[in-house]
Amino acid sequence: MSKIIELKNVNKWFDKFQVLKDIDLEVAPQEKIVICGPSGSGKSTLIRCINRLEEHQEGNIIVDGTELAENTKNIEKIRAEVGMVFQQFNLFPHLSILDNCSLAPIWVKKLPKKQAEEIAMNNLKRVQIDDQALKFPGQLSGGQQQRAAIARALCMVPKIMLFDEPTSALDPEMIKEVLDVMVDLAKGGMTMIVVTHEMGFAKEVADYMIFMDEGKIVERAKTKEFFENPKSERTKLFLSQIL
Amino acid sequence: MNLITKPSKDNIKIFVPMGLFLVSLSFLDVFVNAFFNFDLMAFLPSQLSYFLPLILGFIGFYLIRIEFSGVRPLDILNKNINSNNFNALLTLFTIFIIIKSIPPMLDWFILEANFVGNSKDDCTGDGACWVFIKVWFNRFMYGLYPDAEQWRINTAFLILFAVVGVSFFVSEKLKKYFILFLVFVFPFLGIKLISGGSFGLEYVESAAWGGLSLTFIISAFAILFCFPIGVILALGRRSSLPAIKYISIGFIELWRGVPLITVLFMSAVMFPMFLPDGTFIDKLIRVLIAITLFEAAYMAEVVRGGLQALPKGQYEAAKSLGMGYWRMNALIILPQALKLVIPGIANTLLALVKDTPLIFVVGLMELAGMIGLAKTNPKWLGMAMEGYVFAGLVFWVICYAMSRYSQNLEKKLSTER
Repeated sequence: MSKIIELKNVNKWFDKFQVLKDIDLEVAPQEKIVICGPSGSGKSTLIRCINRLEEHQEGNIIVDGTELAENTKNIEKIRAEVGMVFQQFNLFPHLSILDNCSLAPIWVKKLPKKQAEEIAMNNLKRVQIDDQALKFPGQLSGGQQQRAAIARALCMVPKIMLFDEPTSALDPEMIKEVLDVMVDLAKGGMTMIVVTHEMGFAKEVADYMIFMDEGKIVERAKTKEFFENPKSERTKLFLSQIL
Repeated sequence: MNLITKPSKDNIKIFVPMGLFLVSLSFLDVFVNAFFNFDLMAFLPSQLSYFLPLILGFIGFYLIRIEFSGVRPLDILNKNINSNNFNALLTLFTIFIIIKSIPPMLDWFILEANFVGNSKDDCTGDGACWVFIKVWFNRFMYGLYPDAEQWRINTAFLILFAVVGVSFFVSEKLKKYFILFLVFVFPFLGIKLISGGSFGLEYVESAAWGGLSLTFIISAFAILFCFPIGVILALGRRSSLPAIKYISIGFIELWRGVPLITVLFMSAVMFPMFLPDGTFIDKLIRVLIAITLFEAAYMAEVVRGGLQALPKGQYEAAKSLGMGYWRMNALIILPQALKLVIPGIANTLLALVKDTPLIFVVGLMELAGMIGLAKTNPKWLGMAMEGYVFAGLVFWVICYAMSRYSQNLEKKLSTER
C-alpha cells in the first residue's frame, strides 16, 4: 500500500533541547492515527512538522510524494492539501464564519466566490452550524468555533487532516459535539492524524495508536492491541493514569 | 437631644433644602462677583467675604451628602462630585474657576472685541482685534497664491469634498472605485490643477503656495504616502530575511532619531548640493518626501505594535490554509493589526498635521507661517495673540474632526468582533 505521509529519521531541536528523536512514521491513505503521550513529549511538534509549521533539522518528511524542504512553493502546496485543526481554534475574528471558510478557497485555490461559498455552506452543514454562517467567531460557543474551524479546513478539500488536541480547550459538554464531527469525518474515509487524550474516541476510530514520550515514539500498535496488551512499561503506566 | 446630627435619611427633609440653599448661595456669590463685579457679602470683613463662598459651599455639600437617600438625582450627584470632603472641595474649586474665567474670556473673544474696519486703527476696544484675521483671511487661506488663480485651489478642494461626500452614499462596489480615484488619480490631478503650467493654466510656483490650503496639501500627501510605507517598514522589521530586517530597522531608527526640523532643513538646503548639476527637484516635493519618510518611521512602529499583539495562532492558521506571506498579511494579519492600532495611527496622523508649521524653516508658509508673517507687518504689529488663537482654533477643528473620525471607525469595525 502506498504511503501518503512518510517520516524518516526526523530529528528536531529547540535550541539545544531535542524535541523529536529519530522519528519514523508511515501513514497510508485513509488511515486514522491517534497520538497520545504526556505533555512535552513532542506530539504537537510532530504533527506541526508534517505541514511545516515547525521545521525539522534532520531526516526527511515526504507528504503526498513531495519532500518538505526549503522550497516555499512546495510548502504552500502541501499546506493547501493538509488541513489542520488547532487547540485554540484560531478562527479569524475579523471575518464571519462563512468568510472564514471561503477565504482560502477564493484566494489560494482561486475558486469563484459563489462556488467557494457553496462549498463553505456544504461543509458548515456537515458540521451542523450552517445556521451560524453569518455570525462572527466571537459570537459562537467554543464547540461551535471548533466545528467551524474543522469546516474551514475541509473547505480546502484536504487529503489529510491533522488535529492538534482539538478538544483540550473546550468545556466538557462541548467535547462530544466536536468528537461526533470527527468520528463522522473518519467514517467518510479521511486520512487523519489526531493528537488527543480522548481515549474513547481513539478506540472508536483509530487504526493505529502511537505513544510518545520524551521526543521518541515509544510504541506503535493496532488500537485493540495497544489498549489490551501494551508492550512497554511506560505505555502501561500512562494508560493506567488516564483510563 | 443631639443637636448636631449626622445628615441621614431620617432628617433628609431638613438637611437637603438647607444644603442646597447654601451651595446655591455660594455659587450665586461667585457668579455675581465675576459677572457684575458686585460683592454680595461686602458687609462682612474682607477676608471672610473672600472665603465665604468656599465655606458656605463646603457646609452645604456636607449637609446634602446622604448615602442611599433614595432620591436618584441626589445619589448620582453625591457619587460623582461629592463623595467625601476632599472631593467636595475639588468640586467647589473647579466650579468657581470655571465661573470666574468665563467673563474675561467672553470679553476678549466677543464683547470687547472688534469686528468692523479695515486697519489696526479700527481696533479701539480692549478685546481681540478680529479685523486682523478678516483683512488677512485670504492670505491665511491661500498664502501668496495669485488672487486671480485662487479658483483653482477652490475647485480642487471642491472636487475632493464632492467625491468624498458622494462616496458615502454609493454602494460598496462603486465605493471601491471612488477610493481608487481618491488615492491614485486625484492627488496628481489636484496638484496639476494647482500648479498649472499646462492646459492653458498659468504656472504658479510652489513657493507662492501657502496658508491653510498648503497645510491641507502637505498633510494629505504625507498621510497618503506615509501609511503604506509605514506598513511595509513594519512588516520589514519583522521579516525573517536579515537584509530586509536590518535595512528596515536602520531606516526606522535613523528617521526616528532625528528632529523633523533638521530633516526639513537638510532636505531644502543640503540635499540639492548632492544632486548632479542641472537636476532640480522642487522644494515643496523635497519637503513632502522628508515629512513622509519621517512620519512613516513612526507609523511603522505603531503598526508593528499591532502586529505583535496578534496571537501566533493567526499566522499558523493562515499558513495551514496554504496562504503565502503576502496573502496572509493582506487578508488575515494586517486587517486585524491595523484595527487594533487605530488610536495609535490617529495619534501619528494628528501629530503629522500639527508638525506642518515647521516647514517655515525652509521658507514655506502654511497657516501658522502666514500668521507669523502677517504679525510682523509694520501696519499690524501686536496681533500675535489674535493670529495664533485663530491658528489654534483652525488646527483644533481639523484635528478634532480627525479624532472623531478615528473613533467612529473604531466603533464601526469593533462591532464585528
